[in-house]
Amino acid sequence: MSDEAASEQADEHVDHGAHKLTLGGFIATYMFSRDHKIIGMQFLFSTLLWFLVGGLLALGIRWQLAWPWQNMPVLGNMLFSAEGGQISPEFYTTLFTMHATVMIFFVIIPILAGAFGNFLIPLMIGAEDMAFPTLNMLSYWFMWPAFVLIGSSFFQAPYGAGAGWTSYPPLSSVVTAAPGSESAQTLWLMGVTCVGVASMLGSVNYLTTIIQMRAPGMTMFRLPMTIWAMFITALLQAFALPVLTAAGFMQLMDRLLATGFFVPEGLVVNNATALSGGGQPLLWQHLFWFYSHPAVYVMILPAMGMVSDIISCFSRKPLFGYKPMVFSISGIAGLGFIVWGHHMFVSGMNPGLGMVFMTSTMLIALPSAVKVFNWMGTIWGGKVQFTTPMLFAVSFVSMFIIGGLSGIFMAATPVDIFIHDTYFIVAHFHYVLFSGTAMAVFGAIYFWFPKMFGRMMNERWGKVHFFLTFVFLNGTFYLMHVLGTVGFPRRLADPYHYETFKHLQPMNQFITICAIGMVTTQIIFATNFLYSIFRGQKVGRNPWRANGLEWMAPSPPGHGNFDFQPIVYRGPYEYGSPEVDEDYYPQIKPPPEDAADAGSAEHD
Amino acid sequence: MGRFWSLLFLMVPVLGVLVFVFAASPDSRPFLNHWLPLNINEKGYVIDDLFMFILYLTGVIFIITGVLLFRFLWKYDAAHNSEPAKYVHGNHTLEILWSVLPAITLLFIAIYQMDAWAEHKMRRPLLEDGNLKPALAQVTARQFEWRIRYAGPDELIGTPDDVHIVNDLHVPVHEDVVLQVQSQDVLHSFFLPNLRIKQDLVPGMRQFSWFHANQTGIFDLVCAELCGWGHYKMRGRLVVESREDFDAWLVGVAAEQDRTQPKPAADGEDE
Repeated sequence: MSDEAASEQADEHVDHGAHKLTLGGFIATYMFSRDHKIIGMQFLFSTLLWFLVGGLLALGIRWQLAWPWQNMPVLGNMLFSAEGGQISPEFYTTLFTMHATVMIFFVIIPILAGAFGNFLIPLMIGAEDMAFPTLNMLSYWFMWPAFVLIGSSFFQAPYGAGAGWTSYPPLSSVVTAAPGSESAQTLWLMGVTCVGVASMLGSVNYLTTIIQMRAPGMTMFRLPMTIWAMFITALLQAFALPVLTAAGFMQLMDRLLATGFFVPEGLVVNNATALSGGGQPLLWQHLFWFYSHPAVYVMILPAMGMVSDIISCFSRKPLFGYKPMVFSISGIAGLGFIVWGHHMFVSGMNPGLGMVFMTSTMLIALPSAVKVFNWMGTIWGGKVQFTTPMLFAVSFVSMFIIGGLSGIFMAATPVDIFIHDTYFIVAHFHYVLFSGTAMAVFGAIYFWFPKMFGRMMNERWGKVHFFLTFVFLNGTFYLMHVLGTVGFPRRLADPYHYETFKHLQPMNQFITICAIGMVTTQIIFATNFLYSIFRGQKVGRNPWRANGLEWMAPSPPGHGNFDFQPIVYRGPYEYGSPEVDEDYYPQIKPPPEDAADAGSAEHD
Repeated sequence: MGRFWSLLFLMVPVLGVLVFVFAASPDSRPFLNHWLPLNINEKGYVIDDLFMFILYLTGVIFIITGVLLFRFLWKYDAAHNSEPAKYVHGNHTLEILWSVLPAITLLFIAIYQMDAWAEHKMRRPLLEDGNLKPALAQVTARQFEWRIRYAGPDELIGTPDDVHIVNDLHVPVHEDVVLQVQSQDVLHSFFLPNLRIKQDLVPGMRQFSWFHANQTGIFDLVCAELCGWGHYKMRGRLVVESREDFDAWLVGVAAEQDRTQPKPAADGEDE
């Protein structure tokens, strides 16, 4: 960091101590802040609000699948009063498009990279802030155009964007294909492009910070898994996102300027000849999945990192196989770039190419398996403390096993012919993204909450929240495997007029009831979260007796994070070390003098 | 509470396996039918077999990992475990073992299934003289219907004597059937659940699908790729019937068409 930036930071530090609560001061401190912790909170609060929106949209989908064409009670009038509480087929396409868009672009990616990446990276590597604080602020504020664009696309009359979150052309690029959502689809595309820019700014910042600003003694192989995961994630974003941004602009031009990147020759859609031609719809799928498959790992790797930290801490035992874990994450990231075609096995892509992608896809299951074995190895022989964060972390492992194993069905191309675009795949990615990532995020919130706010969340209610969420999510998502086995297709507003799927309505009703239970359960979480910010039990620096640098800073840390210069002597997982009496051994604790040489040689 | 939470995690493999055992068991199938739908394609059995093979394989791994996770949580619960935590950072042999074994298994699956994939998507049935078997019908998807076109007396598709019909695909049983499938407007997907056939239709591309039905009956033709607001109602009917019935049906439709419609122009699409 330049001297100038550093001195500015020091000034802010002084200001913060002295500032009175004026409007200007409030805006400078909490809105246009360049402090990574405040930016992290901004991401956290924004994404949690969108999480609520995405969850309610999901209930709309579930309502339609359980009781098609019937008025939706309560939510119906809130969410779509214009529809009179009944979901029209056009609105149904908007519902699942927006549910996925919100959950992926506004919740999972920004809560992992934006909220936890921002909050944790400088704290865990012993830096006073990010390398580029202003860029960091911009990465948050670029989310707002996206929030506004995509939010307003939902309310465009008469219909919102309805081409799915994958936005496959020609449905998305030929304006006549989806009458009523002309402007909405354009707004949606512009919004997604803004999200890309925001993530890009963030990832450049994370890479620079992790490479350049580690505390003395913090070698790469002493970094916590969370930071490794954030580092690899940032690499994925930096290399894959330009492709999505470019493809987004191409599709925008197809819509607005009648270029023909994705529009084939002589297309007649809805009795109107397309304005352009000569393009190839499959090109979009290649470009889209070239980003969006790595993005799948963007949505899981940071969760894996945080889970590793939580499991090691509450097993009171070193992480099993630290280096194999690092290499698995890197392997997942590398292979992640050459498996995108597995989304396109039945797309019309050359079937020979399908075999290549199938083989690489099978191989990517390997590092995931290695990670699961290592988490179990970490728990083995430990002294397990069943705290709320630990319960969520263990449930991540338990659920990720299901999500990983169901992936093998899809990777097998002949089986994929049958289960492609059925509820089997809906089950699969919800097990990875909700039962996996979202549960890890809950765990991470309970775990780092004391560091963020200096207070604990209520453990008893945390466990109630965990138990109900865990039961309801399995009730919701597990049976979707069975639906998929029957061939129940995704994205159908009313599947029951097909003879093959008629008898599946009772199972869908059960799933919907579980989904309603799951969303309702989150009231417990929201109440606990908000109450604990103001009234939670106050704690000191290290309530979990953990090793990481972030636990050595004050809770909550002030500007500049540390009130001392952290120097790192060992890796972050030295729990139960025989060198000390306590069962943890903080990274900054100097080794006992007699063991100094041996200690640093052994655990590098 | 550690005991309770360990048991909760044990419920995952227990209930998870039970759900599949119940859904797949022959006893529950007649009244629940929550399993793979009836397969009537000679080439479809290999898909079902592969599905079952992967189900058994993943099922075993699911049970082993789930039970081990429970076992470790139960045994090493801090409230019941008086031993100090084992201060180990990993095990090289174990890492090699649990990398190599899954790698071999996964590569085996990958290679094992290639033939089935080729059979479905790459080896179009041949005539006796070794040429590619011509398409029985051309299926054109458009928002939101299936337009089907059979060759007339000249045995060529795309000529004025073609027989046209909408949403009603008839095919003969017990022979290789090749269909030329295409889309006129946006992406659609030609999904025949009972034949284990799914092919996305990309406008601008000529694609083929083939199968060998071994049972007569009426089945669903489903659109499985989002194609707009009416995607859900883009339903067709597949009728598998004997060769005689099929021929008679085709003659009947052709006669009906001659009576009610002017002949469409040669090679003209319906627009």
